[in-house]
Amino acid sequence: MAFWVIQSLNGLALGGLLFLLSSGFSLIFGLMRVANLTHGAYFMLGAYVGLSALGAGLDFATAVLAGGLAVALFGGLVERLILRRLAARPPAQRALAQVLVTLGLAFIIADGCIWIWGGDPMPLPVPAALGGAVRAFGVVFPFYRLVVVAIALLVALALWLGLERTRVGAMIRAGVDDMEMAAGMGLPVSRLFTTVFCLGAALAGMGGVLGGPILSVYPGLDTDMLPLALVVVILGGIGSLLGAFAGSFIIGFVYTFGQTLLPDLAYVILFLPMVLVLVLRPRGLFGTRAA
Amino acid sequence: MTRRFFVLVLLSMLVAAPALALAQEPIRVGFLTVRSGPLAAGGRQLEEGFQIFIKERNGTLSGRKLEVIYADTAGQPALTKTKTQELVERNRVHVIIGPLAAFEALAINDYIKQVEVPIVSSSAAAEDLTQRKLNPWFIRAVGTSAQVTQPIGEYAAKVLRYKRMATIADDFAYGHEGTSGFQRVFEDNGGKVVQKLWPPLNVADYGSYIAQIKPNVDALYTGFAGANGLRFLKQYAEYGLKGKIPVLGNMTNTDEGILKSMGDEALGALSAGWYSAANDTPANRTFVAAVRAEFKADPGYYTAGAYTAGLFLEAALKVVNGKIEDKPAFMKALRSVRLTEGPIGPMRLDEYGNPIMNMYIRKVERKDGRLVNSVIHTYPETSQFWTYDPKAFLANPVYSRDFPPAKNIE
Repeated sequence: MAFWVIQSLNGLALGGLLFLLSSGFSLIFGLMRVANLTHGAYFMLGAYVGLSALGAGLDFATAVLAGGLAVALFGGLVERLILRRLAARPPAQRALAQVLVTLGLAFIIADGCIWIWGGDPMPLPVPAALGGAVRAFGVVFPFYRLVVVAIALLVALALWLGLERTRVGAMIRAGVDDMEMAAGMGLPVSRLFTTVFCLGAALAGMGGVLGGPILSVYPGLDTDMLPLALVVVILGGIGSLLGAFAGSFIIGFVYTFGQTLLPDLAYVILFLPMVLVLVLRPRGLFGTRAA
Repeated sequence: MTRRFFVLVLLSMLVAAPALALAQEPIRVGFLTVRSGPLAAGGRQLEEGFQIFIKERNGTLSGRKLEVIYADTAGQPALTKTKTQELVERNRVHVIIGPLAAFEALAINDYIKQVEVPIVSSSAAAEDLTQRKLNPWFIRAVGTSAQVTQPIGEYAAKVLRYKRMATIADDFAYGHEGTSGFQRVFEDNGGKVVQKLWPPLNVADYGSYIAQIKPNVDALYTGFAGANGLRFLKQYAEYGLKGKIPVLGNMTNTDEGILKSMGDEALGALSAGWYSAANDTPANRTFVAAVRAEFKADPGYYTAGAYTAGLFLEAALKVVNGKIEDKPAFMKALRSVRLTEGPIGPMRLDEYGNPIMNMYIRKVERKDGRLVNSVIHTYPETSQFWTYDPKAFLANPVYSRDFPPAKNIE
């Protein structure tokens, strides 16, 4: 019994963490039509910025905001100064160019982080109020992980309201559904791109700070997280908030129970749902477009 | 008279010229390090260790200047190969120090055999480099993965009197070799390994693994490298297991390189290692003071490894009077090095090119506000084969995830 309780909580916590990571990834993916391979690096950059903010004596909530803001700014600049210039190319070429550029940027950010923060792995301390463990039903569970789940739910709700109930949200949805049509209708597509890119980057940056107390901050965090974001988004469906949400928690549970019950398949289990979805339903569980 | 004198001078110049040129030409050391990618912290520590060594020797060994050519392998085996070729063929180095990781060392092993350049490993711990894949040009200045963990297997069984233990380690060769060495010696001394967990190297979260650890084991063996020891011990404490199930592990689990980033969660963790910054010997005190003064951090695995590689180089050069160009003589000298003192302690190489040296059982304690690996027990003159007969040891397959088989899993 204790086993099922604690592993369910683990699955839930991992799901929450994955949603913080992949919601922004899904948004950008949906609008840009290509995977932003810098996303893992944004996550790590956010964590490092958060670390510095904490080091400067700011509190945890401010550190989360600082991480999000810094990465949003960075992401916005990248979109305005680099990715935008690739947009004029024919679609097939553009996709390749964007993938390569985002991958290259990921390497640059990774080495930039080593340059600035050194290569030593560092813990990101849990704020005292959120630390400690919950003891119930014969299990001990770190309280902070429950906090992460709660924050993930809040972020999901905020994003849902933003996308479904606001004008900008409606424009973003229109852009995700059909970019040409949206542009033809006179939507400010250019500003939309920048907005979404900043928002996605901000989510990654905040996710990095929020994930820091669980994951720690270390070089390689970026490449550890990026495949997870890909798996979640391909499973859930590109550009779909509901998809990213469902995908995160499905992967969280599948991964936790999979590697517990079938330890020899620890590597396969993460990618198995993705492969199945790609074969049986290429647009993902809640997506409208094939990956 | 004047003519004879002139001829004499001319003659002596002819004789002395090559010797003079030889003395002036520096010794070129190729140093394989990692400056980019996830292993960069280790690379930096390697370089720091070697820099301290060079500084202490004023950049000169046996009267010849040292010219160190650093090459960044990014911790990628393919790049390691390219960089090694560059060092050998373009820079024409006399000797190579490094590389950092075992898989890098394995990637260049055949090439080194082919070009016959002496190489001193400053950190790569793969067992077979000095066991079943011998390379006449390769020696190691540090221990193998299991040379470290075999002693703590005996310590767990005989001194701590643990009967049943679980293991958890990174799922790659270094983790497998260490765990298997531990398991073999622990079980040969009457213990039982009842559970083995292998989280992937880049696992996002240890929570689900920690929750699986059998609550009724006497202790847990941990075999982590890089950032993983830090992440694991932190989560182990968060899940309330610290203080309930004692932890003992391999050297890199609480290496000084990450110990400085750890907190109370690491207190009390045991580990085995061929080095500890807290080992109180005169040579180590000097070394630690120098590293602290220069780099504001305690030396660890990589720092001590690279420094010791320098000591091997120095000792061998002394024997051949600095004539590193005589490769067979230099290699022979390298293989017969005996260090009586140094940060690690007394060292000599076995016939396979691997050091026989002290192994320390270490306990994380807080001293003067910093965490240190206090030495609580020393196994003197420990071989990579532990107490087993080398021939019989080598007849077995290399330690792996499946060897020796775990017969006591519950």
